[in-house]
Amino acid sequence: MVKFSICKMLLMDPSKKISFNRCIRDGDLVIVYERHDIMKAVKVCESSVFQNRFGLFKHSDWIGKPFGSKVFSNKGGFIYLLAPTPELWTLVLSHRTQILYIADISFVIMYLEIVAGCLVLESGTGSGSLTTSLARAVAPTGHVYTFDFHEQRAASAREDFERTGVNTLVTVGVRDIQGEGFPDEFSGSADSVFLDLPQPWLAIPSAGKMLKQDGVLCSFSPCIEQVQRSCETLRSNFTDIRTFEILLRTYEVREWKMDCSKVDDGGSVACPPGKRRRQPSSEGSVRDNPSCAAVMARPSAEARGHTGYLTFARLKCMS
Amino acid sequence: MSESKPESGPVPNPRVTWEGCSVLLDINDGDRLVFARLSAGSTLKIGNKTFSLRPLIGCPFGSLFQVESGKEKPYLSRFVPPTEENNVQDEGGCQSQEESRDNRAIIDNNQAQSLTGEDIEAMRRQGATGDEIVEALVANSATFEKKTQFSQEKYRLKKQKKYAPRVLLRRPFSRSICEAYFKKYPARIGFLRVDALSLLLSMANVTANSDVLVVDMVGGLVTGAVAERLGGTGSVCSTYLGGTPYPIEIIRMFNFSNEICKRILRCSFNDLCSVQNDMGEQVNQHEDVCAMESQSNEKTSLSVSTEDVHLSSKNGDTDLVPENELSTSSKTCKAPKAGEKATKEVIQSWKENGFSSLIVAAPEQDAWSLVKDLLPLLTYSAPFAIYHQYLQPLATCMHNLQHEKMAIGLQISEPWLREYQVLPSRTHPCMQMSGTGGYILSGTRLYTNTSQP
Repeated sequence: MVKFSICKMLLMDPSKKISFNRCIRDGDLVIVYERHDIMKAVKVCESSVFQNRFGLFKHSDWIGKPFGSKVFSNKGGFIYLLAPTPELWTLVLSHRTQILYIADISFVIMYLEIVAGCLVLESGTGSGSLTTSLARAVAPTGHVYTFDFHEQRAASAREDFERTGVNTLVTVGVRDIQGEGFPDEFSGSADSVFLDLPQPWLAIPSAGKMLKQDGVLCSFSPCIEQVQRSCETLRSNFTDIRTFEILLRTYEVREWKMDCSKVDDGGSVACPPGKRRRQPSSEGSVRDNPSCAAVMARPSAEARGHTGYLTFARLKCMS
Repeated sequence: MSESKPESGPVPNPRVTWEGCSVLLDINDGDRLVFARLSAGSTLKIGNKTFSLRPLIGCPFGSLFQVESGKEKPYLSRFVPPTEENNVQDEGGCQSQEESRDNRAIIDNNQAQSLTGEDIEAMRRQGATGDEIVEALVANSATFEKKTQFSQEKYRLKKQKKYAPRVLLRRPFSRSICEAYFKKYPARIGFLRVDALSLLLSMANVTANSDVLVVDMVGGLVTGAVAERLGGTGSVCSTYLGGTPYPIEIIRMFNFSNEICKRILRCSFNDLCSVQNDMGEQVNQHEDVCAMESQSNEKTSLSVSTEDVHLSSKNGDTDLVPENELSTSSKTCKAPKAGEKATKEVIQSWKENGFSSLIVAAPEQDAWSLVKDLLPLLTYSAPFAIYHQYLQPLATCMHNLQHEKMAIGLQISEPWLREYQVLPSRTHPCMQMSGTGGYILSGTRLYTNTSQP
């Protein structure tokens, strides 16, 4: 398999980081942005084309342009070319399993206290959504060892990590962590452990052996019964056991221009509540202006109700 | 296999305390949080007694200490809870046994306990340990046996917290520092909750070797969290409008190595733009607006430091240590310098390459006026994340960014966080919950032909 991805997602090599002087090159990974909910990861190739409902785009037109550029198709439609980040990657990667999204991912990384140089163990790898962000957090001197019992998924994950350039920070192993635990070679050397397994309580004792003193463990489970059983198991060797749910509520924004020629104390159709643009009127009276505009925000109609429960715990200090 | 760390010098992630390090003391399981700096002379006040913190030096983070009555006076002693203790309390007969007791006959008239305060003092003088006192209280309570098992556990825990308080030694980390401030002095960090802080770091793609531009008006919490993620690579530029830098004292609580401190730099907005003469006019307008802001910030800055440990004697109300002139051993407790002024060379390199991302945490400012001037300093396709306590300024900012076609992928998010109590037969969301952690506007900067590098 040809190794590509010259433009790496993570800034492992300072000379290759995105900057004003760094333009799109042959072999780079770009994120094609059509719409906020339609994006795709594309590898730039001199002779290739990209096709979508807006038309045909030649990759050769992209080469030499800065990231963040707007590019046009043969039909005059356009898309944007963005530099890849772990967040954008989570939105475009192929889902082989249910993945973790940004709200859970961000919280996990903060709560597991992961910083540069840390050694992190993870199981299962799944689609590698969290793994990519873990790699970002431990860069440049740390490492993530991730395990999945499904051989094909592990292989797909390895491919993705090469594509996004995090393969030097991540090692994928094929192993049944519930049945066998983590490999002994990691005993006492992990700063953090993350579990996303159907029966995490089976892996918790092994995780306890892997962690350094005061190291942090996180277990992600969709069902409360799994959480209860995990917490019971955690109580013997762990402390500071906390369980959370985290969700993101998004807002839409709109400008509302209204005809406000009749604004008085009577209940006429006044401007909707919200911040009004300051009108340069000496009287300060809205009556002088034929229209007023307000930018308003409201929660999006679509919302996620649940992803999973996040249970965190610290290894007790025994010595 | 643990990676051998290439950098020489102190271990980047030390797990044992040392003289002069900054720690977070967790008293009675989260009831009270205190930041302290460990030294031979530092002390901690619990109730009406003062304890030396010297026993804590050289111990692993995560160690637990309990108040013990010594020959002369009580002291903090290292304590390892036996694992059986937890099992008995939480598992034991709880689930299998049917609970037949209830509280129908228990009258709350303060008459149940037959030991008096004097009795307890006498016991203490005779050298009884905290645990022994708790057991004595249990034995002398007329209603104890009538209580349900859960109720008995609660009673025991309450007494233990009062008569045998425990102190947990915690590592200051962006997580623990943010939580402590959010609990006690949320206004000082603009109500930035820990999940919102974590989102800022992700959405702005903070990673090694990046140059992050930060507008930090939350005491330095964001600057510190960014520096923590950078881990001694790249740089974080804390910029400010007007002439006075915003206070970033919270950085001192992080125990940053010299390598990390070196990369926390400050630069006024004027200096960042000084090469471009046409920016001059815009800059003057900002100075007026922000002179007032800087002054009000200065007043709060003095109360947010931890040069030394001596706590106020007001019944332990001031839990986050105020700057105190009585610092007894400030010589040994020097915090490494962070927040140095950026040199011309560094500023030049930032201008040539552009910043990798932008984080704004300025809860009292208007988002759009800041962002429209700061965005041009970012490299193309750089992500940004703007935090605000209020929705409206972000809505206006988002609308304007869309209208001016300066950014793409714009989204306003509000993080929602709920904690659960998970105990056998007693699992439910916690009764208390935070109502808000603020709002975040995120997006990616676009390249336009008219953009100035």
